[in-house]
Amino acid sequence: MASSVASSAKFVLALAVVACAIFFAGRAIGNSYAFFLGYVVVQYIVLGTAWNILGGYTGYVNFGVTAFFAIGAYSTVALYKLMPALPLPLMVLVGGAAAALVGLGTGYLTLRLRGVFFSIATLALAVVVQTLITNWDFVGGARGAYVLRPKMAPLMGGEYVQYLFVIMLVLCVIVLATARAIERSSLGFGFAAIRDDEAAAEAAGVPTLKLKLIATTLSGGFMGMAGAPLPYYVTYLDPTSGFNLNYAVNAIAMPLIGGTSSWLGPVVGAVLVGGLQEVLRVTISSAANVLVAGVLMVVFVIAAPRGIVGLFQGKRK
Amino acid sequence: MSPLLHIEKVGKRFGGFVALEGIDLEVKQGERLGLIGPNGSGKSTLVNCICGTLRNETGSVSFDGHKLDGLAAHERTRRGLARSFQLPRPFGSLSLVENVRIPILYTVNARKKGHVPHAGIDARCRDLLGEVGLLAKADRLPKDLTQIEMRKLELARAMAAEPRLLIADEVMAGLSHAEVDEIIALLIRMNGHGVTVIMIEHIMRAVMEVSQRLAVLVAGRKIADGDPKEVVRNPEVVRAYLGE
Repeated sequence: MASSVASSAKFVLALAVVACAIFFAGRAIGNSYAFFLGYVVVQYIVLGTAWNILGGYTGYVNFGVTAFFAIGAYSTVALYKLMPALPLPLMVLVGGAAAALVGLGTGYLTLRLRGVFFSIATLALAVVVQTLITNWDFVGGARGAYVLRPKMAPLMGGEYVQYLFVIMLVLCVIVLATARAIERSSLGFGFAAIRDDEAAAEAAGVPTLKLKLIATTLSGGFMGMAGAPLPYYVTYLDPTSGFNLNYAVNAIAMPLIGGTSSWLGPVVGAVLVGGLQEVLRVTISSAANVLVAGVLMVVFVIAAPRGIVGLFQGKRK
Repeated sequence: MSPLLHIEKVGKRFGGFVALEGIDLEVKQGERLGLIGPNGSGKSTLVNCICGTLRNETGSVSFDGHKLDGLAAHERTRRGLARSFQLPRPFGSLSLVENVRIPILYTVNARKKGHVPHAGIDARCRDLLGEVGLLAKADRLPKDLTQIEMRKLELARAMAAEPRLLIADEVMAGLSHAEVDEIIALLIRMNGHGVTVIMIEHIMRAVMEVSQRLAVLVAGRKIADGDPKEVVRNPEVVRAYLGE
């Protein structure tokens, strides 16, 4: 027990060092585009890892990523309208909590469904949430809402996008540390048992319903946190951008391409696919984003179903 | 002394099909009970009702004097009921050690209120795999196992939950003569460690060798229960198996 706590502490420290190195490298470059790009890639690491907790570890494929992501984003819009002076980290916490609650509720309502039926239910959830938000005038409804991004970052100085990037980096450290801790814990073994055979897991004493609720709550909460800073990043949020297909496709494609069995998979997938998409967006067309993720996903599902990380750790298995 | 397992008037329907009807059955602590019947007689349905995979619509199941009705399958396992499945259902992405680790983490640990020392779990898993002859493959995946090894893994995983009652559902199906002997020896050894055994089986040689008592189900009803040698001569049982 003590050794696993020490190992987790070392891991968090290592992640923090890497995060600091990335941030200061961005500052050394001195170009705000580096932070905009970095924000997108790190956001996808958070989103992909959050999806992977339910989809990869537990085997419940969630197609309703945009519902949770947009709940986070729109909770920030709502808070901005109610209390514009509220610090962004608090907005992120509120967005995460709202999405976690929706995750818990979704779990209760849908987790007696399995396989493709669960996936369809999550897809329906995304449609329901989008319809509700499109008709919620307070957060801009169908016409969208503007959020004024401060010019300067609080506390640390520099442009505000640097602050957004740091917040996303902190989220990334939290989400990756959580994912790694899950993998090495009883919870991770329980998730794996559910993924492999739910009836056998129950027979082995695994409280499957409770664990699935933990997975939907954690996964939904982290997705909401990933979405919460979005209004400050885009400065104008409407349902088309908040519920963009890119988020849903990338959140699934990145863990599948990187590998769903380990925390490292979504990181590798997000850096590779996110980076490639950004290069193509700048050099060819922004319309290539979903195409790239879709084609790579098909290739990996057929040729390397355990993803890039699975290819390297697959010797034993 | 009250029986370890007490089944009273258990009934189960699937739509219009009556799978079980008014089943009464008692199993004493330390006993080895054989449960036989033709295909579709309701043996596996009864096991599923006992273990909580299915809910019986009528009657009740009690274990160690406590009613189990309404309890989820994992709660029944924690109370000391373990089962193996008719078709082996290993956790395919986990090594054999990890397969056996799950019931220790979730059943034994829960029973002991989280006081199972983590340091000893790996050794315990390997001991269990050693008992069923799978130690050499402890770190492999279930896909590398033969049919009998899969069955042994099922038994090792069931035993990892430290059960008081083990239900072995057709654990010998498809095995060779020698392999059946191995599983028989294993079940008798487990029983020797104090585990009550209910064995559901079609291989009569194994049934007769293992069972101290034999119950017969036909079309969802119990038609015989008693000494195995007498039960197999029961005209109703003979008719159920061989026809008029």
